[in-house]
Amino acid sequence: MKYLDEYRDPEKVKSLLREIDSIVTKNWVIMEICGGQTHAFLHHGLDALLPPQIELVHGPGCPVCVTPLEQIDRAIAIASQPDVIFTSYGDMLRVPGSSKDLFAVRAGGGDVRVVYSPLEAVQIAEANSDKQVVFFAIGFETTAPANAMAVLQAKNKNIKNFSVLVSHVRVPPAMEAILSSKLNRVKAFLAAGHVCAVMGFHEYPRIAEKYHVPIIVTGFEPIDLLNGLYAAIKQLESGIATAENQYQRAVKFEGNESAQCAIRSVFESVDRKWRGIGVIPQSGWGLNPQFAEFDAEKKFDVQNIFTQESPLCIAGEILQGLKKPLQCAAFGRQCTQQKPLGAPMVSAEGACAAYYKYHRDVVYG
Amino acid sequence: MDDLDFEGYTCPVPIRPADTVVLGHGSGGILSRDLLNRLFLPELGKAAPRALDDSAVIVIDNQRFALTTDSHVVSPLFFPGGDIGRLAICGTVNDLAMVGAMPVALTCGFVLEEGLSFDVLQQVVKSMQEAAKEAGIYIAAGDTKVVQKGGADKLFINTSGVGKIADGINISGANAKEGDVVVISGTIGDHGIAVLSARENLGFETTLESDVAPLNHLVQAMISVGEIHVLRDPTRGGLATSLVEIAGQSNVTIEIDEQALPVKPAVKAACEMLGFDPLYVANEGKLVAFVRESDAEKVLEVMKKTNYGGVATVIGKVIGTGKPQVRIRTAIGGTRLVDMLPGELLPRIC
Repeated sequence: MKYLDEYRDPEKVKSLLREIDSIVTKNWVIMEICGGQTHAFLHHGLDALLPPQIELVHGPGCPVCVTPLEQIDRAIAIASQPDVIFTSYGDMLRVPGSSKDLFAVRAGGGDVRVVYSPLEAVQIAEANSDKQVVFFAIGFETTAPANAMAVLQAKNKNIKNFSVLVSHVRVPPAMEAILSSKLNRVKAFLAAGHVCAVMGFHEYPRIAEKYHVPIIVTGFEPIDLLNGLYAAIKQLESGIATAENQYQRAVKFEGNESAQCAIRSVFESVDRKWRGIGVIPQSGWGLNPQFAEFDAEKKFDVQNIFTQESPLCIAGEILQGLKKPLQCAAFGRQCTQQKPLGAPMVSAEGACAAYYKYHRDVVYG
Repeated sequence: MDDLDFEGYTCPVPIRPADTVVLGHGSGGILSRDLLNRLFLPELGKAAPRALDDSAVIVIDNQRFALTTDSHVVSPLFFPGGDIGRLAICGTVNDLAMVGAMPVALTCGFVLEEGLSFDVLQQVVKSMQEAAKEAGIYIAAGDTKVVQKGGADKLFINTSGVGKIADGINISGANAKEGDVVVISGTIGDHGIAVLSARENLGFETTLESDVAPLNHLVQAMISVGEIHVLRDPTRGGLATSLVEIAGQSNVTIEIDEQALPVKPAVKAACEMLGFDPLYVANEGKLVAFVRESDAEKVLEVMKKTNYGGVATVIGKVIGTGKPQVRIRTAIGGTRLVDMLPGELLPRIC
């Protein structure tokens, strides 16, 4: 398939691996931000082909994983109400709240629907004016523009029975949180290519300089990932730390300005809680006051649902790259994809799910 | 930011509800297996040692018969390349064929929702008749029930079937042996993506058609030239789930080659877009066969001459015993595990 096969070319992969091997002299811990990148490394078996000096740790870039538990409990509370059609991306349905998941709400008679785009949820609202239609607006900078467009469209069409449960998060504040932690081991980042396709990477040179870490904007195919690693190691080995763009076919320095404009017109920067990490200041987006009528938290009065997190799952350490899934005592034993203890095991992009799927034999022997 | 202390922040331990049926229990993957093991087999499966094969094998007066049943609840009723009627016939014919049986007769039970149009029903019945003719079987008995509007989704069909197993044929998921060559009869994922694209609101169109077809003639041709140990039609849960089941039943390690997997570009593109892996997408007219190594060439040759085996190809091998596992060699030279589908196939967020 065009635009994919050329980035999965086995010969080119081999030659890039040789090049990486030829320049690496020291041990380096490199974090790929995005869960899609984690899965690509493991899906293609790339992780096993890298030189032993390179340790990949897996970042917090999985939207399902970092959505806080109480937000899921709020979603479940809304979806369980009569006369509500609760719409969501498919992944979120399986994420357990403190007592059940959205699938269980559906099995119990709730009207929970998978949509492929938030604009579909707006259409559902138009077609069901006697019902309240709620869309679970989660994710990073990648999903925010479409979610903003849905709110704008509902406002323009004067649709009163549509609202969004917002839990948007942003990548750069999470990177800074990781870098400022006393426990940080990360020496370089592979930044999430699709986030940068929306936002550009103008926020990264400052971070690269302040913390002296190379930040390489990287795509998702084997050749992209290896090019990203090559650039990161080249910088690390020569003591340089800059923001560099490996994913030039999709990313411009300034990003996609019309998408950013949609985001700015609907959302404002807010403090946001990350599942497994805690509150990171100014790390998310919430609806700005102009769009308060579309805020499902207010409409359904669920702001006061708070949930205590229990200490058995080490998702926090996984999401910061302090530990790997295989270092968790519960991995593959008490915690499996059928009975996940934490969100990284649930999501298609979660690091634990990736290890469970592709490397479970390490545990089972 | 410097005062952020990460230590102590953790994920919760949720209680997963285990006492109600969710859609994932019907996905053909791990949840389906759990439901079988936990609820059905302990109560109902005691006399059925081969309950996990596509068909049961029963013996009457020293003659072996294959017996199976399958319910069909597809939405929409009509999709590119087929409809619920063709699916209901082929599904049961194929389950019989997968233990090497020659299907003889089927029964069909209809659950009709009040308000279903005669036109729709007529089309479905016609399509069942055509599929039955193609497979060379007859419908021996039937039953109809009508439920109130909302009591079912338009039309459900159950088909049960019986077939005759010739002497010397011994095909079961438990019979894979070290050295066996793994053959697939054609491209994977066609049915699942065709049905998905026919559903509303997906936002993409394709000319892709479902592969739904009766495979009994293909199976008979294969049996006539080589020693076949295992046959399975990878329906719900896809090829991956079938292979993992076989690895477990036979206690063997299977290695498949990613580059050898036949996938149509349209299926590949749709999967890339939705975040699916074609290995997990349903097929309704494909089979995977474990063939004695020395017979593989002959079997492939005869498959290629049939209607539904034209692009049959070798995708892997049984490389060991004692460790039930499926491994895939990736196109770029790495390897990884292949697992069953955990629950429903869900499109990813971004």
